[in-house]
Amino acid sequence: MGISLAACGGGDKDDSSGGSTGDQTLTYWASNQGTSLDNDKEVLTPVLQKFTQETGIKVNLEVIGWNDLQTRIQTAITSGQAPDVVNIGNTWAASLQATDAFLPFDGDAMTAIGGKDKFVPTALATGGKEGTDPTSVPLYGLAYGLYYNKAMFAAAGLQPPKTWEDMVAAAKKLTNPAKNQWGMALAAGSYTENVHFAFINAAQNKADWFNSDGKPTFTGDGNVQGVLRYLDLMQKDKVANPSNAQYDNGTKSVNDFATKKVAMVINQNNADSSIVANGMKAGEYGVVPFPAPVGGEQVASHVAGINLSVFKNTKHKDAALKFVKYMTDANTQTTLGKPFSSLPVLKDAKPVFTTDAAEAATFQDVYNTKSKPLPLVPAEDQFESTVGKAMNAMFAKIATGGTVTAEDVKAALKTAEDQVAASS
Amino acid sequence: MSVATETAAPAPAPTKKKRSRLEHRPGLNRWLPYALLAPAVLLELFIHIIPMLVGIWMSFVKLTKFFIANWSSAPGAGLGNYKVALDFNNAVGQGLLKSFGVTVVFSLVTVAFSWVLGMAAAVALQPEFRGRGIIRTLFLVPYALPAYAGILTWNFMLQRDTGAVNHVLNQLHLTDGKPFWLIGSNALISLITVAGWKLWTFAFLTLMAGMQSIPRDLYEAASVDGAGNIRQWRNITLPSLRPVNLVLVLVLFLWTFSDFNTPYVLFGTAQPPAGDLITFHIYNASFLTWNFGTGAAMSVLLLIFLMIVTGAYLLVTGRRSRRA
Repeated sequence: MGISLAACGGGDKDDSSGGSTGDQTLTYWASNQGTSLDNDKEVLTPVLQKFTQETGIKVNLEVIGWNDLQTRIQTAITSGQAPDVVNIGNTWAASLQATDAFLPFDGDAMTAIGGKDKFVPTALATGGKEGTDPTSVPLYGLAYGLYYNKAMFAAAGLQPPKTWEDMVAAAKKLTNPAKNQWGMALAAGSYTENVHFAFINAAQNKADWFNSDGKPTFTGDGNVQGVLRYLDLMQKDKVANPSNAQYDNGTKSVNDFATKKVAMVINQNNADSSIVANGMKAGEYGVVPFPAPVGGEQVASHVAGINLSVFKNTKHKDAALKFVKYMTDANTQTTLGKPFSSLPVLKDAKPVFTTDAAEAATFQDVYNTKSKPLPLVPAEDQFESTVGKAMNAMFAKIATGGTVTAEDVKAALKTAEDQVAASS
Repeated sequence: MSVATETAAPAPAPTKKKRSRLEHRPGLNRWLPYALLAPAVLLELFIHIIPMLVGIWMSFVKLTKFFIANWSSAPGAGLGNYKVALDFNNAVGQGLLKSFGVTVVFSLVTVAFSWVLGMAAAVALQPEFRGRGIIRTLFLVPYALPAYAGILTWNFMLQRDTGAVNHVLNQLHLTDGKPFWLIGSNALISLITVAGWKLWTFAFLTLMAGMQSIPRDLYEAASVDGAGNIRQWRNITLPSLRPVNLVLVLVLFLWTFSDFNTPYVLFGTAQPPAGDLITFHIYNASFLTWNFGTGAAMSVLLLIFLMIVTGAYLLVTGRRSRRA
């Protein structure tokens, strides 16, 4: 057994170094953007084949689910056994940049992929820490929007909300716990979703999560009130089913919306494919920007999306850059925009993910003008896990009958802040 | 191996010849046992010892995201990682302490639960009756089932709105409303139930095997003397099973204390504080915050704790059996 084990180890090493001679094969880790891993493979395969035809470079595709992607990337960085090109959640960009394992898109590399001017500036800003050469470039753009059920709103004589207060009032009117009918669905058990709303609600209060030195400032008044405002949708306003505290991913809340159990859901625009797959037709729902309270800052989303990175230790740097150029050119963006329900990351491109012109315009407006990037600091990943998990716990407390006060929120955020400070 | 002895047995003459040839080469004779042991030693080295040493090394360096791409360049941290983990005035240390408390409660209750259930089942299946084999097989299902599939099924059953557990409880009018099982304080009960369900079969299997070696005459003699079932269990079964129990309880404790699969699969990324077992806590501390140094320090502390517990347990139980 010892021998076979050793042979295995040796084989792996041969594989990774063998590619350097002549034969150009890139390994590409794609994230899960479609309805399933298989669906991603189906969508990407013809696109990659076209790339091979054009350049002679083969691409070895592996689609990786979101639950595994970050760990896989960590392992790849640690072991050096990495793919050439990888999709990353754009919020990880600054954290991953800090590992020094990724190729910076400096002047030459940026020119090789078509120049930085082709990208939407806010999208490109997510590529890494401010003032540095980014280590990732935008691939698919996403933004939050408030989806509402048109028939339910019409029946109750309601207009789509323009302010937070309108939204809560409408949600209250459309909530009837006895009939298991709720105004909103929240992915309140998903720490990644929760932290996005902590960020957006605090941003509406003009509060930041890190100061200019990259030190956490979680316990500011704006942060605490922003978090509490979101928690109060379940606690004080009671417009969300307490069961939502168990929703550990966005798909569950979207399904409630698609099956008409709730009137509204706040989700990124890739919800479209799930909504339609669950039986709702395109004209039955509308989308408006996620509203801020009266007098608040008009931030409706973080700059969400997927970026593309090249590992620094790639043996096929030129081929990898060609591939990045291909994936971010106008044709490929148009081809992939619909199946992956993504917003174009290119300046002059039009969204193709929906046939509803108003919805497309809303999302593009949110993405281009009403979004703020998540903190572009190396500790961003810790911000996500600590604050997100603190919100999970507070939602759980509310759902099981407890009360969360502003003091409690502040204490929870203080703990999160200490955790981040301790490990940086 | 049996083939070799069979062929060797009917032909003693060549064996003798071989032995004399071996005597001429004392070197081979001396090295053969080591050569046979070598693969096992090497595997042990690569699978256990070296990773453990690497883990201990990691606990003394500042292995954060800034250094994982080139981890040999990570600066030393001295005892820094341990100080962070053990500073109970600080968020990280407090988190570890709470998680430790949860794990102690979880382990003690789960071990007791599994042992009692396993013992009850083993005693119930001791006398021969029709269908005993079928019941034994049924009891082994939780152990035979892949852990992931079993725990995932529990996850479905413990959902608040759609789960079978709440459905049954409501039908029986045992609860008013729908309690949460996977968040809030009930999470610990769910965790113990699922871990106990998975583990009791092992206790059952071990105790049943142990009972096979208790002579039946003892029970017969006891019945003649008028001892009831409970008396027989206390005075014959329990003392006879003592060596089995000693090992069983220790193994159960070590397994539950370092259980990772159950909370990982049952709670996913949304783990509640009440179900924050220590190995899972360490995993989160390392992988979610990319701070492998602190994570490794916590692991080493866990290792030391378990070694102390095991050592103390063996010392105490060993002394007692010598006295007895």
